[in-house]
Amino acid sequence: MIDLAADLGFLKLKNPVLAASGTFGYGSEFEPYFDLAKLGGFVVKGLYYGPREGNRPPRLVETTGGLINAIGLQGVGVQAFSEKILPKIRGRGTAVLVNVCGADDDEYVAVVEFLDAHEGIAAYELNISCPNVKKEGLCPALSPRTTARLVGRVKDASKRPVIVKLSPNVTDVVEIARAAEDAGADGIALVNTFLAMAVDLETRRPKLANVFGGLSGPAVKPIALRMVYQVASRARVPVIGMGGIMTGTDALEFLVAGASAVEVGTANFVDPDAAVRILREIEEWCGAHGVSRVRDIVGTLEIG
Amino acid sequence: MLIDRNARLRETRSWGDYRLLGIDSPSLGRTARPGQFVMIKAAEGAVPLLRRPLSVHDAGPDGIELFFKVAGRGTAILAGKRPGDPLDIVGPLGKGFTVSGALNGKRVFCVGGGRGIAPLFFLARMLAGAGARVTVFYGGRTAADIPLKDKFEKAGFELLCSTDDGSHGFAGLVTDLVGREIGRGKPDHLCACGPDPMMKALASKARESRVPAEFSLESVMGCGIGACWGCVHRIKSGGGEEWTKICEDGPVFPGDRIAWTEWGT
Repeated sequence: MIDLAADLGFLKLKNPVLAASGTFGYGSEFEPYFDLAKLGGFVVKGLYYGPREGNRPPRLVETTGGLINAIGLQGVGVQAFSEKILPKIRGRGTAVLVNVCGADDDEYVAVVEFLDAHEGIAAYELNISCPNVKKEGLCPALSPRTTARLVGRVKDASKRPVIVKLSPNVTDVVEIARAAEDAGADGIALVNTFLAMAVDLETRRPKLANVFGGLSGPAVKPIALRMVYQVASRARVPVIGMGGIMTGTDALEFLVAGASAVEVGTANFVDPDAAVRILREIEEWCGAHGVSRVRDIVGTLEIG
Repeated sequence: MLIDRNARLRETRSWGDYRLLGIDSPSLGRTARPGQFVMIKAAEGAVPLLRRPLSVHDAGPDGIELFFKVAGRGTAILAGKRPGDPLDIVGPLGKGFTVSGALNGKRVFCVGGGRGIAPLFFLARMLAGAGARVTVFYGGRTAADIPLKDKFEKAGFELLCSTDDGSHGFAGLVTDLVGREIGRGKPDHLCACGPDPMMKALASKARESRVPAEFSLESVMGCGIGACWGCVHRIKSGGGEEWTKICEDGPVFPGDRIAWTEWGT
């Protein structure tokens, strides 16, 4: 029997596999496919304070080994979430994390303060890195200054642990991670999607109505893995790694590179039961390699 | 279970770029309803990455049929599958057309444009089974784009074809053919699947003649199960409109709920 438990310090998970925000709906969409209690946890789709329209279509384009999306964080807002959705997904034997969005610092704080009054949420994942809601992919995670200011304000307001989800669209992701950490982040999650675009040559128009979108999927895995390693090898707080994880092997590589847990994203679109398959593959690998506790392999990458 | 990883290709028929796949999958065949769709993985691995959404062309106790036009890498790979090849299919998904005893004895027009004919064979069959009097309209650019006409005729449906170039049947758009037939005698219900401009024109004809109508919308889909919010269309709800998931709330919507935007989908 392999001990699968993952330890983020502020949060103990039954296993290191979470489903990533924006790829798992509000959780209940996946109940026809597996028991949510099998997951370490899941991060529900990003929530603004009020309902949000999202971008006009086309919102998706598939590229080689990847997917560019420009959904624009369409969502129901905190009130509908807490009344209609949260009661159905909490207390199900898996950690529910909420991805928190805001048009400005005040809205992030308002979302957290509203949700603090509702039970059943294990932690917040601060979405400071969505590339699809402002022009040119602008988001707070592109600068250490805006990252620190926002994280500081949310930490002051929040009763729950705050994980900060970083953008890969920066020159030095370690600098941003440090800013988040210094501002009080309890954990760091990376990476969000890579700012990207696709062109229809025949019409000479962008394939996404938003022009730009965020690239995810196996195409981005090596870059995500490098960034997770860079941050995890220097961070004081636990790191959750993600970016193109499709298999147990992919997930284990992120753990070895220093992530304490992983998030499965685009794979959920391809196979609705991908997260539980990945968990099973992690377990099988550990069994075959004499690893009795999964958390023992976190950060065991040997260099030199 | 909504995933069949043991589905198997039974037979393939082809007409130019059009393909009909007969698939052994009792779980899909027994549960699918007209207008529902499946998400099918064209190949293992990352290229192509996503499943392809295809509507159920027909279903029975042993499995389903899919009909599509080769339009890219995914459908080209599917078109190259051979009998006996394993298939990995999620489904049946979405909300289909209304088939109820209330349509017993009623006249129903089923209108398909190009590959949009796909869900209408299953639908016509089930409507006929419910006692409806079905007329199938089948439009394409040329005679080569209406390859299923013999199949509909053999199954005994009243079939009216149109081609844009006049190479078979009514010369012109299928919407004009439907308009002509509505003029001769109004149906009690209309169901359609095809390109957005076709359905938009049909929606306005149906509204003018006060014929209740249902339309199956198409979109690029990320997941097909409501998780990604990629496949939205403008749908009226309450007093307003919102971007609504085609995969989960559709693909079939009542005509009076669809807002036909200038952007299409």
